[in-house]
Amino acid sequence: MLAINTIGKSFGGLIALNNVSFRVDGGSISALIGPNGAGKTTLLNIISGIFPPDIGKISFSGTTISDLPATKIARAGISRTFQQVELFGDMTVLENVMVGRYSRTRSGFISSGLRLPFVRKEERETRDRSLGILDYIGLRSRKDELASNLPLGEQRILEIGRALATEPGLLLLDEPAAGLNIRETRSLGEMIVRLRNEKKITILLVEHDMDLVMRISDRIAVLNFGEVIADGTPLEVQKNQAVISAYLGTEE
Amino acid sequence: MLTVFLQFLFSGLTVGSVYALVGMGFNIIYNATSIINLAQGEFVVVGGLMMWFFSDSLHLPFIVSICLTILSAGLVGLLMERLTIRPLKSHDLLLMIMVTISVSIVLRGILAFKFGKDPYDYPAFSEGDPLNIGGAIIQQQTLWVIGITGLCIILLYLFYNKTIIGKAMRACAVDTTAAQLVGINVSRMVMISFVLSAMVGAIGGIAITPISLMEYDNGPMLAVKGFCAAIMGGLGRGRGAVIGGFSIGILESMTAGYLHSGLKDAVALVILLLVLFLKPAGILGSSAAARLRKF
Ligand SMILES: Nc1ncnc2c1ncn2[C@@H]1O[C@H](COP(=O)(O)OP(=O)(O)O)[C@@H](O)[C@H]1O
Ligand SMILES: [Mg+2]
Repeated sequence: MLAINTIGKSFGGLIALNNVSFRVDGGSISALIGPNGAGKTTLLNIISGIFPPDIGKISFSGTTISDLPATKIARAGISRTFQQVELFGDMTVLENVMVGRYSRTRSGFISSGLRLPFVRKEERETRDRSLGILDYIGLRSRKDELASNLPLGEQRILEIGRALATEPGLLLLDEPAAGLNIRETRSLGEMIVRLRNEKKITILLVEHDMDLVMRISDRIAVLNFGEVIADGTPLEVQKNQAVISAYLGTEE
Repeated sequence: MLTVFLQFLFSGLTVGSVYALVGMGFNIIYNATSIINLAQGEFVVVGGLMMWFFSDSLHLPFIVSICLTILSAGLVGLLMERLTIRPLKSHDLLLMIMVTISVSIVLRGILAFKFGKDPYDYPAFSEGDPLNIGGAIIQQQTLWVIGITGLCIILLYLFYNKTIIGKAMRACAVDTTAAQLVGINVSRMVMISFVLSAMVGAIGGIAITPISLMEYDNGPMLAVKGFCAAIMGGLGRGRGAVIGGFSIGILESMTAGYLHSGLKDAVALVILLLVLFLKPAGILGSSAAARLRKF
């Protein structure tokens, strides 16, 4: 589904990613782990089109996406959340999800201004579907709250909801459990599994919480200093000598 | 006593309406792009002069003239964005100031070429005697100006809060990266902001011209006043520009009436300086850093 081919990226003199290749199979929950500064977020930024790679190629469902702008990649069906939550803070919970549906609507500036009947219908549909998503993620009761007023755990869930609104085939999650307590982390894990099982969304998960990663992932790729040092099933990765020393070496 | 006060108040509300519309125009573009569009005043002039052209020169029906004028202004906004903003890779603050000033000079040139240096006006929207409110004599057009401004405020509110495309524009303003990543085409939002902003400015011009006349070079002064209104309310805040615009209009009118008409144009600048010294985020601004962004 997602094929990452020999990606390289440096910032000034710093090599953030070097010759990174791995695949994410359709329908899988794949994890990308590694110590802080390993380049995980950088890779997600490249996949989602925030900046292009220096070299290498990424293809999604057979088409090359590494030369597309972020908007097109989102429309192609890749959505994401952020390590530092990036919600539309002074908009409501419901509005955040509705904005996520924007790319799936057809109403233009002029037709919206004229209140054409199809626009009204579409706006009603957008609202209904967005409420459906809030039901699914359990935030319906908070729909009129400002996003910035939610506690961090709910903000992270809402970010997933906004991503779901774009109807992604692949969802990239950047440390979704960071700052969550044990109970919240467990229900987050359950939700990720449900997204894969019920909504057939492929997941690429970047996460530090090893319990969560080992429990729900089908495959794990390990990044260290910008290079893939291991790639396999949770069991294989846990036994991999390079991984063990990378983690011990950085005292994680 | 009260009569004179009311007279000044209404005249302040009238000019204040236009300042508020110009201020909102600044915000519409600033929110989508962080650009301060210094050609904002020319949109108002385009409104007044094109309305004269369609209604008094071509003798088209009133409503048709209004629609055509608003459309022409939208086209001016569209062209400005297409020809000057989109082709530039960098939207650096200083560069954009130079670009938008250049556009305003070019627009003034075109307007001078087409309309000459005479002041223009056309009949008020409704005939009939002025109204007597508490002894003050109020022209009917005054009420039209205030009413139309109110209508614009409501329509803009509905656009930003009730339509999906309006919400998407707000989302761009809050977090451009996140907006792109949910599939919002930011450059389209930028284009819409210019069109919308030009239309709002033109509506101000259409409404005010029967009262205060319109000349090709009214733009810069209107831009200064509208800019003060937007800064006073906190750049980027819709309600702020409305409060700012009306406050400046009323204070100007009171200054001209009770002190000296020569001091009138200094009022906006004094307010601007006071706001920048005392509360740089504007009277409605809370977190200065977040709101002022590049500026
Ligand atoms: N936009 C950027 N500009 C410069 N350096 C960056 C940028 N993004 C990331 N880096 C650097 O690249 C390295 C990898 O960072 P990152 O991808 O955030 O790591 P991780 O998410 O694995 O913790 C770090 O050394 C970081 O400082
Ligand atoms: Mg990271």
